[in-house]
Amino acid sequence: MSAFSAVKILPSPPITARSTPKPSFPFVFSSPSSPTAGGIHRPAAAPLSSSPRPLRAVSSHVLSNEQRVASHSHQDEAEVTREEALDLYEDMVLGRSFEDMCAQMYYRGKMFGFVHLYNGQEAVSTGFIRLLQPGDSVVSTYRDHVHALSKGVPARAVMAELFGRTTGCCRGQGGSMHMFSAPHNLIGGFAFIGEGIPVATGVAFSSRYRHEVLEEASPSGGLDVTVAFFGDGTCNNGQFFECLNMAQLWKLPIVFVVENNLWAIGMSHLRATSDPVIWKKGPAFGMPGVHVDGMDVLKVRAVAKEAIERARRGEGPTLVECETYRFRGHSLADPDELRNPDEKAHYAARDPILALKKHIIEHDLANESDLKGIEKKIDDVIEDAVEFADASPLPPRSQLLENVFADPKGFGIGPDGKYRCEDPKFTEGTAQV
Amino acid sequence: MAAALQTAGTLTASSNLVINSERFRFGSLLRSPAGMKGTILVVKSDGRHTVGFNAGLRGANLIPNAVAAKTEDSAKSTYSKPGHEILLFEALREGLEEEMDRDPRVCVIGEDVGHYGGSYKVTKGLANKYGDLRVLDTPIAENSFTGMGIGAAMTGLRPVVEGMNMGFLLLAFNQISNNCGMLHYTSGGQFTIPIVIRGPGGVGRQLGAEHSQRLESYFQSIPGLQMVACSTPYNSKGLMKAAIRSENPVVLFEHVLLYNLKERIPDEDYICCLEEAEMVRVGEHVTILTYSRMRYHVMQAAKTLVNKGYDPEVVDIRSLKPFDLYTIGNSVKKTHRVLIVEECMRTGGIGASLRAAIIDNFWDYLDAPIMCLSSQDVPTPYAGSLEEQTVVQPAQIVAAVEQLCR
Repeated sequence: MSAFSAVKILPSPPITARSTPKPSFPFVFSSPSSPTAGGIHRPAAAPLSSSPRPLRAVSSHVLSNEQRVASHSHQDEAEVTREEALDLYEDMVLGRSFEDMCAQMYYRGKMFGFVHLYNGQEAVSTGFIRLLQPGDSVVSTYRDHVHALSKGVPARAVMAELFGRTTGCCRGQGGSMHMFSAPHNLIGGFAFIGEGIPVATGVAFSSRYRHEVLEEASPSGGLDVTVAFFGDGTCNNGQFFECLNMAQLWKLPIVFVVENNLWAIGMSHLRATSDPVIWKKGPAFGMPGVHVDGMDVLKVRAVAKEAIERARRGEGPTLVECETYRFRGHSLADPDELRNPDEKAHYAARDPILALKKHIIEHDLANESDLKGIEKKIDDVIEDAVEFADASPLPPRSQLLENVFADPKGFGIGPDGKYRCEDPKFTEGTAQV
Repeated sequence: MAAALQTAGTLTASSNLVINSERFRFGSLLRSPAGMKGTILVVKSDGRHTVGFNAGLRGANLIPNAVAAKTEDSAKSTYSKPGHEILLFEALREGLEEEMDRDPRVCVIGEDVGHYGGSYKVTKGLANKYGDLRVLDTPIAENSFTGMGIGAAMTGLRPVVEGMNMGFLLLAFNQISNNCGMLHYTSGGQFTIPIVIRGPGGVGRQLGAEHSQRLESYFQSIPGLQMVACSTPYNSKGLMKAAIRSENPVVLFEHVLLYNLKERIPDEDYICCLEEAEMVRVGEHVTILTYSRMRYHVMQAAKTLVNKGYDPEVVDIRSLKPFDLYTIGNSVKKTHRVLIVEECMRTGGIGASLRAAIIDNFWDYLDAPIMCLSSQDVPTPYAGSLEEQTVVQPAQIVAAVEQLCR
């Protein structure tokens, strides 16, 4: 009679490919204690799950140009059409240009507070989010501008939100760290790390519930998928593990994406984590864990495709660890003095936008002028966004008390016997209630 | 004086006063209280039919023998069907079940709510009826499953999250404060969070410090959150239903010791307004504001007080956030004396906020400083004798009223 019976954890094969961070990699993980360490140095592809189409897992070719060139014909390089490639390129350039403009605007005093920029990590956002259907959801952290843009929130709305204007996507009430957009199914924007993961799990639960209990069919043809983005620091947080457990237990349609940029403000991932290999923590809960080179959008996209389709089919969650890097500091207030310049240089050389550009040119998918055209177009979009935001009005005082309650009767009954919200002057008053 | 007695005679005959006739003894009222200056005849009804001849407060108008009325229910008299007797936890379940029938988006999330039927049996039988997905047994991860409830609420469902004990929700404080309370605002109104978070709290019978917590004081500052406390089977069912139907996130505080209260409630569908307080006993001398279990201590004290000649007005505030300042205000304007009796801690408790609200709004009507009786600021001890002393007992309430009415 139950619509959903308790699920036994399937012994899903705990494989992924794991690149060998060996000799040429200057940042060797200091002794991952796992006994399987010996078995993970397989750069070749391996099947992700027992699904009919095996995943072409991707590996990270680090610091070695020869390997990169040789992998052209390697099976793990995904095929992409011209349209797709240009879409990916445009999205990444949009993210990069937007964030650069944010930095400019911040130093000019147009936006304040904590602003966390995504430079360098665009491949992760673009690689995942451009594959999603409109009904799929994205849940992010405070580093959410580019997730919002990739999901389709207009640059104008995001910029206005950052400027604190009433035309922002959250009416100026959220700010940099709380980007929400109901029409685009962007469910935040969370300031505390880890607190978005349970919410993402709930969105995935809702998707399953609507499918099974309410019997609503999704236009996607399966379950609506939720993609949760968070960082390496979050992977030491209890909420992460609790949600891995619950998501796998109930086979929720969710993809957990770890943007491992090796640093949590000034705390190196290696100093904070007993076993820094994050993807392995997926199989500990019974779900597949995958590691992918997060500086290569095509590789990310290949992994994302499989993970998203797994979730859509109802096979449950996947944990994807993306090795990536933020070119700027943790936030615009971070002097970023702790990170080794060599490390930064290494990853700057792996800039995802330049890598994709190179790929496009080499595969004749487009020529330089097409790409220049895209960059120009994005510049115009960003300019327009800034102008729009600048010209937008600041929120009026009357907006202060709006949206505190969905049902404003929650402000209660005043001394005169009427609901306070019924008083037409209520929102002009102070916030004392 | 004679006129008062005559009127008393007239009044007895009136049918308006016979709402809970089995609980009143009018005969005693007609005895002339010898040596008393004036007589007041105050009939304990549902508050709508008060008749009072209050000739002054100090010492003169005492009713020696009237019996304090117990739980009043104004709505009862208007229902046509006989109603059914029910225990409080069953009333909660009834309310929940009716809402789950009415709206398929209502679901329950919590520990042991499904197969076990709930640790206080509030969700007994629901999993069999609605399935394991609608009545979800969770692992022990309060923070995460509360967050899950919030995510589900944002995307179209109406979850009821049960904390097996309210104290466990301390683990979910992050989610309740940051997400539950704030997301509607920080998203600019794009997402609503129609979640109900409920569970038993309060001091039980020697449950130890951590299982005896009162979280209403901790949650009361969270903007965007509504809090209600139920105290009778009637208002339990009504508040449960209203909370589920509300678009706001609501925290429903139940009390471990009240689950077995029995009452006759209507058969018809009804809800209780989330923002309204409940008039328990109409009076003239002092307003006693209380909620949850302390209501019963107050009513017990009221019996003693009435025998001593006082006439307390008892208001069960029910809505802990926001306060029903209309009902409270009317009461203060009438009696001019306020006693707050609560179970949460003295420091930063509901009583503290209520005091501030009354002073802000009704200062001119007060004849005496507001008194607040709260639990001691100690972790609840295990020993029964000590535990008794941490919460407010009826004797203290009586003493407080006597002091207020001097």
